[in-house]
Amino acid sequence: MGKPKKWWFWIIVLVAAAVISIGYLSTVNIPILQPKGIIADKEFRLLVAVVLIMCIVVVPVFIMLGYIVWKYRDSNHSPKQYTPDVSGNRKLEGLWWLIPSIIIAVLSVITWNASYALNPYKPIPSRNRTLPVEVIALDWKWLFIYPTKGIASVNDLRIPVNTPVHFYLTSDTVMNSFWIPQLSGQIYDMPGMQTQLFVMADQPGDYKGWSANISGIGFASMMFNVHASSSGQFNLWVNKTKYISPKLNLAAYNRLAKPSMYVKPQYYSSPEPNLFYRTITKYMFPAGKGMNR
Amino acid sequence: MMHVFANFWLGKLNLQALPPNAIQWFGALLMISVPIGLAVFLTVTKRWKWLYKEWLTTQDPKKIGVMYIIVAVAMLLRGAADVALIKTQQSISVGHSMGILSSSHFQQIVTAHGTIMIFFVAMGLMFGLFNLIVPLQIGARDVAFPFLNATSFWLFFSGMVLVNLSLILGDFAATGWLAYPPLSELRYSPTVGVDYWIWSLEIAGVGSLLSGINFLVTILKMRVKGMNLMKMPMFCWSVLGSTLLIAFAFPILTVCLTLLALDRDIGTHFFTAGGGGNMMMYVNLIWAWGHPEVYILVLPAFGVYSEVVATFSRKRLFGYTSMVWAIMAIVLLSFIVWLHHFFTMGAGSDVNAFFGIMTMIIAIPTGVKIFNWLFTMYRGKIRLESPMLWFIGFVVLFTIGGMAGVMMAVPPIDFQLHNSLFLIAHFHMMIVGGVLFADFAAITYWFPKIFGFRLNERLGRIAFWCWLIGFLLSFIPLYILGFMGATRRLDHYAAGLGWQQLFIVSAIGAAVIGIGVGVQILQLVYSYFSRRNNLDLSGDPWDGRSLEWSTPSPVPFYNFAKTPHVTERDAFWVAKRHNLKDTRPYEDIEIPKNTPLAMIIAAGALAFGFAVVWHIWWLAVIGLLTSVVSLIVRSMDEHTERIIKAEEIERLDKLYSGGLSR
Repeated sequence: MGKPKKWWFWIIVLVAAAVISIGYLSTVNIPILQPKGIIADKEFRLLVAVVLIMCIVVVPVFIMLGYIVWKYRDSNHSPKQYTPDVSGNRKLEGLWWLIPSIIIAVLSVITWNASYALNPYKPIPSRNRTLPVEVIALDWKWLFIYPTKGIASVNDLRIPVNTPVHFYLTSDTVMNSFWIPQLSGQIYDMPGMQTQLFVMADQPGDYKGWSANISGIGFASMMFNVHASSSGQFNLWVNKTKYISPKLNLAAYNRLAKPSMYVKPQYYSSPEPNLFYRTITKYMFPAGKGMNR
Repeated sequence: MMHVFANFWLGKLNLQALPPNAIQWFGALLMISVPIGLAVFLTVTKRWKWLYKEWLTTQDPKKIGVMYIIVAVAMLLRGAADVALIKTQQSISVGHSMGILSSSHFQQIVTAHGTIMIFFVAMGLMFGLFNLIVPLQIGARDVAFPFLNATSFWLFFSGMVLVNLSLILGDFAATGWLAYPPLSELRYSPTVGVDYWIWSLEIAGVGSLLSGINFLVTILKMRVKGMNLMKMPMFCWSVLGSTLLIAFAFPILTVCLTLLALDRDIGTHFFTAGGGGNMMMYVNLIWAWGHPEVYILVLPAFGVYSEVVATFSRKRLFGYTSMVWAIMAIVLLSFIVWLHHFFTMGAGSDVNAFFGIMTMIIAIPTGVKIFNWLFTMYRGKIRLESPMLWFIGFVVLFTIGGMAGVMMAVPPIDFQLHNSLFLIAHFHMMIVGGVLFADFAAITYWFPKIFGFRLNERLGRIAFWCWLIGFLLSFIPLYILGFMGATRRLDHYAAGLGWQQLFIVSAIGAAVIGIGVGVQILQLVYSYFSRRNNLDLSGDPWDGRSLEWSTPSPVPFYNFAKTPHVTERDAFWVAKRHNLKDTRPYEDIEIPKNTPLAMIIAAGALAFGFAVVWHIWWLAVIGLLTSVVSLIVRSMDEHTERIIKAEEIERLDKLYSGGLSR
């Protein structure tokens, strides 16, 4: 049979594809596999652990599949090994109820613990004081309010490294999902409600964030920059912004909240007091009447 | 005055409802040309009467099954055309280039792709198989409620028409396939798109619910004497599981969509942002239906694989009882995992952990099933024909996809992968690798039973390899893109993220799948024209095991000339071995008469749906009245069946078993 040559051909194709893929992938940035924040890092380690545990079942399945199909194929048939009437085996069946059960039991313990350890609402212990940031998802941009610093920015999130950041999130439009893959997993932002998220960047650098939930025609434009720097540089930026930027009063906010796409970073000083909570509570009144109260 | 007049007769419908640009005009014209082309063909070949008598008014589940599959295949092509546009857009819309589609149009296509593939392709193929195979496997001549069955099909058909009408008049939802509020509320989606989505699913969903109940009852009440539940073929068990899920899950969908429609049409505040509405309730409700829906599709697929593996390994199914328990465990568990679709909504650790663990537990019965299939092949005599290839492809894809699923069942990992292309790759591996591959295996496997000739094997193999390679090429990059943070439904992304190359590879993969689909169509056409070489004269082309193979191919309209005799599992396999002959006399058979009323009820529903979408209230009243009146007329009719005499059955049976099938 001319089969062996055919097999070589496919093996060469596969190896070449693998080499090209790995070569390519080593040149690009894969945020989730290259975390830069303490939470994203823990989530990544968890992911690796879970994959390895699952391989205990998955690898044997692939080996058995290949072996059984090859060994018992029709053209390789040997009547001695043919047992058409075997319809089960209590012990074997028990075995493969048991083994996956044990693995899932192990994974369950991991899941339970990880759900508590990586609860997005759980503060990150640190010597540095936690920085609160209020996030409002708008059509189609992000507003970041720094309540303790008296500034706000649009589509440009600046944070100090090695400092826990406590996000309070809501939306002044439809549901969005706030996600900075290199720093942590995502959380939904919903109108009339507040969610929370803690992150901490380990290394200075520029990261990307975006909305992971479809929010209308400008959805794809909701990308924002995250700039993590030393706290000195961060404070410098805060002070500069405070002095040179326009005020974010209610009128400015209402202008900003109008739909717009691909919005360049903007900076504001003196945000309207309680803007974040007023944005939430206005949805608790009949449409359009909340903000004036 | 004119305005009021137009408002009354046309509701919100006006010239602006026509497509706004060239691409959308093209889609609309394509969509119009299909029915017009069909109509011309039927007129030229003078087949209207034949179509009406043989198909449109039929209550024969085999014909209804074929119609389901025809609609589903047509919708598969529509869904594939959507893919072509999505992939093209995502390959070129980078940095300064905005691609070929507007954002709104892109999002409508994404929504339509999901809606159509789930409701009208996957569901259509499954209901087609239920209709074709279940009565035959349990030795029945019909389903429990034949008229209800025809009505279910026509409601499904009406839903399909409504989805496609949106290409011509108005637009479709641009919200993603589950239309989360507040985005799907009137305030953020003021056009008729979401209404089309709601009403097409409402109508098709009622059809699905009725059909599910019908097959549930059919399996429980119509089994031939001697076939107790534990002697049923595994496919019937899986359908039993699936229909149980349908009966409990679809009412939730109906209610959920109704509440959304009320929000949009009469100003209630169930899910709105503001006014006391709560979108989280919608998300819970839609997934309380949506997760069981996954298993509604996957369970029958498991059933198909169980049949295919046993037959093509020429061995009894390994671990029958385990398989049954696994199915029932999945049925139960699938109702207590829905929250894993929104771990990121801010629930507490214990809630998330509970649902995560429940989700992972589903992997246990699923794993058991895979091991049982492997051990069915072990020490068998495996014929690697194309149904078996689809099975092997399924195991590979489903295992990879299942691994991704367990990863996402861990809430903190899900925070990183939710709504990313990783998720997209995961569920496509489950739905395509699991469900669609099973449908292809099933169509190849049961085709000769229904049509009397086999499909060309060589083309079937080529199609399989195109699908498998194309699929890996298309979705492995999506896993990587997910790790890169790429989210779903993106119509544009920044240059410099390193995504474009992978999107292009993915598009090439989709093109390879497209070639596979082309080969499958060629396979159908070629097999039809060369059918004389592939005729199935024996009625049992694969050396089958269950009762359907004991009938001649194609199956006569009465299914079984004499009700089969069942004493154990794999009844036909046993009968063949022991060379059992049935010497009982023939008996009269009752067959339901044809009626157009099922079609009329669904036409009324379609008119109602269309009318509510456009707020044409007079038409809504007429549509609703049509349905209700037809239903009453049907209920009053006491002569819905005809008798076929024993002598006639004997004559036909001798004719068919003599190998004289067409």
